[in-house]
Amino acid sequence: MNKYKITDNKATRLGFGEALVELGNENPNVVALGADVTGSVKTDLFKKAFPDRFFNIGISEQDMIGVAAGLAIAGKIPFVSAYGEFASGRPFDQIRQSLAYSELPVKICASHCGITVGPDGATHQSLEDMAIMRALPHMVVASPCDYNQTKKMIKASLNLKQPLYMRYFRDNSPVFTNSEDAFQFGKADTLIDGKDITIIACGLQVWEAILAEEILSNEGISVRVINMHTIKPIDVEAIVKSAKETGAIVTAEDHQKHGGLGGAVAEILAQYYPVPQEFVAINDTFGESGVGTELMKKYGIDKDAIVKAVRKVISRKK
Amino acid sequence: MNVDQLSIQELPEIARQLRRDVIKMLMISNSGHSGGPLGAADIFSALYFNILKIDAKNPTWKERDFFFLSAGHYCPIWYASLARKGYIPLTELSTLRKINSRLQGHPAPGHTHGIPGVELASGSLGQGLSVAVGCALGLRLDKSERRVYVFLGDGELNEGQVWESAMTAGHHKVDNLIAIVDRNNCQIDGKTDDVKGLNPLADKWKAFNWNVVECDGNDIEKFRATLKQVQSFKGKPSVVIANTKMGKGVSFMEDDYKWHGVPPNDEQGKKALSELPKTKFNDFIEFDWEK
Ligand SMILES: Cc1ncc(C[n+]2csc(CCOP(=O)(O)OP(=O)(O)O)c2C)c(N)n1
Ligand SMILES: [Mg+2]
Repeated sequence: MNKYKITDNKATRLGFGEALVELGNENPNVVALGADVTGSVKTDLFKKAFPDRFFNIGISEQDMIGVAAGLAIAGKIPFVSAYGEFASGRPFDQIRQSLAYSELPVKICASHCGITVGPDGATHQSLEDMAIMRALPHMVVASPCDYNQTKKMIKASLNLKQPLYMRYFRDNSPVFTNSEDAFQFGKADTLIDGKDITIIACGLQVWEAILAEEILSNEGISVRVINMHTIKPIDVEAIVKSAKETGAIVTAEDHQKHGGLGGAVAEILAQYYPVPQEFVAINDTFGESGVGTELMKKYGIDKDAIVKAVRKVISRKK
Repeated sequence: MNVDQLSIQELPEIARQLRRDVIKMLMISNSGHSGGPLGAADIFSALYFNILKIDAKNPTWKERDFFFLSAGHYCPIWYASLARKGYIPLTELSTLRKINSRLQGHPAPGHTHGIPGVELASGSLGQGLSVAVGCALGLRLDKSERRVYVFLGDGELNEGQVWESAMTAGHHKVDNLIAIVDRNNCQIDGKTDDVKGLNPLADKWKAFNWNVVECDGNDIEKFRATLKQVQSFKGKPSVVIANTKMGKGVSFMEDDYKWHGVPPNDEQGKKALSELPKTKFNDFIEFDWEK
């Protein structure tokens, strides 16, 4: 039986937009910046509520990062928003120098991430963003699993001293976490306990992992499911504990196999407690146009791919 | 029907056909951009059926002109033009944005998983002019007579890279390069004046040492004549600021930025098609309700 109930079907980007308005009400220093996609990334909610504290920078993502850095220096708390690729890849060096190296607490809110953004195709599917953002010193990199968690993450980000890259998604997706549950950056959530294998997932793959667990538990495999919502700083303790207790790991993400969540987990395993790991991720290829769910299947990042990876990693256990 | 060069008199008819194609493609894909592509149909008709030196049967012809679509989201009108020209089967237009299709939501080159006639990926705005400048410099090294054309959106001009390459082209006097700016005054969040004003636009290009010409981009003959005129301009790169209406040809879409990125639903599509009478070129697909 599925241990989690879907209470709603809502987009993570909506969670961002709504939480930002709440923050705007609570703190007059909160400001928002957009890059001509404010309707689709839901920053328009903030714009409507606080027109004076919203800046449309136009289609100038590199400029937007710099302007946000300046606002931060002036004592404001800037939230910049764009599609994932154009919020990370396009202004990478601006993020590196003006935010990360300068240690300015700007929040980069990246919507439409991953292959599930669908029909727009490869140019709009950010599949390398966690890798490049994670490589930067001082950056916090996080990806919520549903609408409720997105809201909590945005609220919690207010007090972060470092720059944040937060990655979420366009499509509606199951809401299954509780709005009352605690949230802390860097502290993973163990959603289901198990002893044979641990699935460590982030973003929309967390729900796929829960679905996979249901299939696998019917086969008598005891699966632990961890929502690794913070990719950096990663929860070392949760990873090492799971490696010790379950002896095998599968990571699952809507991102390239190289350098994302899987890479981050592998780095920890290699250093502290090596066990077999399988990667459910995009396999070193660009995406293509299609419907999100079709693409998840074709590119092997849905629940079936996770189930397969779990069987494989268990067969590799000594 | 695949067509090669057309007479000046036939261009308005192919433009209308391209608009019909775009509407039908978007109705089928149920996803994609309406406004820009429809507004640019006249530009594409002039380019693809009268101006560009290209050969659909030999997409990599050694004497061809280059065309780059910097604003990748305009691709429905480009795909329709390429299909009408004979680069791909007309029926393939119904695969836009579908899984396993060559008609990607934003263009992929023919040598990867896109279609012939497309030589550069685009979709992330602001990158095409740089590539066009490089291509034109390469041709100049070869003392070639071939020309490079590049199409940009006006909102796209918000990107700093456009102005970096504008400066490069002006500095290097790249006069085998013609940039076309689709000046429809619209981008996603609103009117360009409200999002981030571009004016005085012509003066900006002039200040970057370009030959600047403005014209009505929905008047095919005027646009065609303007291109002919700038083709022979020496000593500077040329930019044609083509004043167009977003959604041109479909009354309820015209000049409305909200049509930037959405497809018509069935009802809207029917209405749009009724405003664009059938042409001698025939549609690539006949819907059941049309039979
Ligand atoms: C680098 C980058 N940033 C943002 C986008 C999202 N985007 C796609 S089209 C568009 C608006 C472009 O405006 P314009 O060039 O005027 O085209 P039009 O709206 O007239 O079709 C935006 C912001 C993108 N594709 N690439
Ligand atoms: Mg425009």
